[in-house]
Amino acid sequence: MRDMLKLLITIAVFSSFSGGLLAAIQSGTKERIEYQQLKFVKGPTLQRIMEGCSNDPLVDRFKLTDGKVERSFFVGVFDGEPNTVALETFGKGYGGEIGVIVAINMEKDEIVGIGVTTHSETPGVGARAKDDPSFAAQFMGMSVKEPFKVKADGGKIDAVTGATISSRGVCGALVDAAEVYMRLKTDIVGKVKAFKT
Amino acid sequence: MAKSIVEEFTKGLWNEVPPFRLVLGLCPTLAVTKTVENGVGMGIATTFVLVCSNVLISLLRNVIPKQVRIACYIVVIATFVTVVELLMQAFAYPLFLKLGIFIPLIVVNCIVLGRAEAFASKNGAAASLADGLGIGIGFTLSLTALSIFREVLGSGTFTVPITSTAYPVFGPAFQPFSFLVEAPGAFVCLGLMLCVMNMLGKK
Repeated sequence: MRDMLKLLITIAVFSSFSGGLLAAIQSGTKERIEYQQLKFVKGPTLQRIMEGCSNDPLVDRFKLTDGKVERSFFVGVFDGEPNTVALETFGKGYGGEIGVIVAINMEKDEIVGIGVTTHSETPGVGARAKDDPSFAAQFMGMSVKEPFKVKADGGKIDAVTGATISSRGVCGALVDAAEVYMRLKTDIVGKVKAFKT
Repeated sequence: MAKSIVEEFTKGLWNEVPPFRLVLGLCPTLAVTKTVENGVGMGIATTFVLVCSNVLISLLRNVIPKQVRIACYIVVIATFVTVVELLMQAFAYPLFLKLGIFIPLIVVNCIVLGRAEAFASKNGAAASLADGLGIGIGFTLSLTALSIFREVLGSGTFTVPITSTAYPVFGPAFQPFSFLVEAPGAFVCLGLMLCVMNMLGKK
């Protein structure tokens, strides 16, 4: 019996030390890991749609709680003014969720850039919604109040040939982004002010 | 066990070099040596775990009861592997993405547990450190050699670790032996290198 107890205690002590050490390292590296994931997963897209900004949108980011979900926002400084904010939303595509980063100019409430981050659409068909620049270009300058719909649904957007569902998914993500933006606008403006230099 | 510390260190470099002499730890050896960068990264990660677990286990060898020693070793090893995983995510994220599942799998790498059971549990901390370092460096060098062979002939490039830029080794007319970067190619390479090592050892 005493032997059993000794074994149990040894393992318990070992495990708790290991747990404590890992928790410490986890909390120590959390910030950096988050930044690295953003940099390599969303970074390239974000840089493309925020081209010409004078700051690093990956560093100048903040979080807001929207109902139950927490959303990240990225701030872009253009001509010395932090007037652009980007957020990622998801739409339902053909092969799963399509992640889209949408950059919005806050002075004009206009879309200034969109970019697909993650998707599992058919290569060569639906995947062109990510790669075809002319598809993304259609959204440029549209007001956030406009309904984002493909022509087949009575909207203005020319769908990627043969990929109506993927195009609809991207539109769905934009509708979401616009809704979130309008719902949280006062909070967003308040947060962005902090980035003014 | 009267070997000097230097001997404990150098045996890992040639006489007991893990993938070739002991033919242990083949899972990561065969799986990740497609590019030089992956091979070196995997080797360094394993070396770190091996050295840390060897030293800690040898320091604790009198505290750990015999009946639960394997469980304790695994806790120690798994802890260090998770440390490596977190650090790699924080400081070398692209490498982490490429090595993926093979980092957590270091926990069940026979070399690490094998050294803990066969060496660290019977020897002092200094000797265990030398043993871990020697075996680890031997493992890293083996992976590097294997990955250079496979990458240069298999895809015709050489990926420099850290900067991760791939340089073409041959001209544009080179037709890569893509067989070598596939899984069966790894076995063939390992066999050929084993053969060369045995030939060199014979004379």
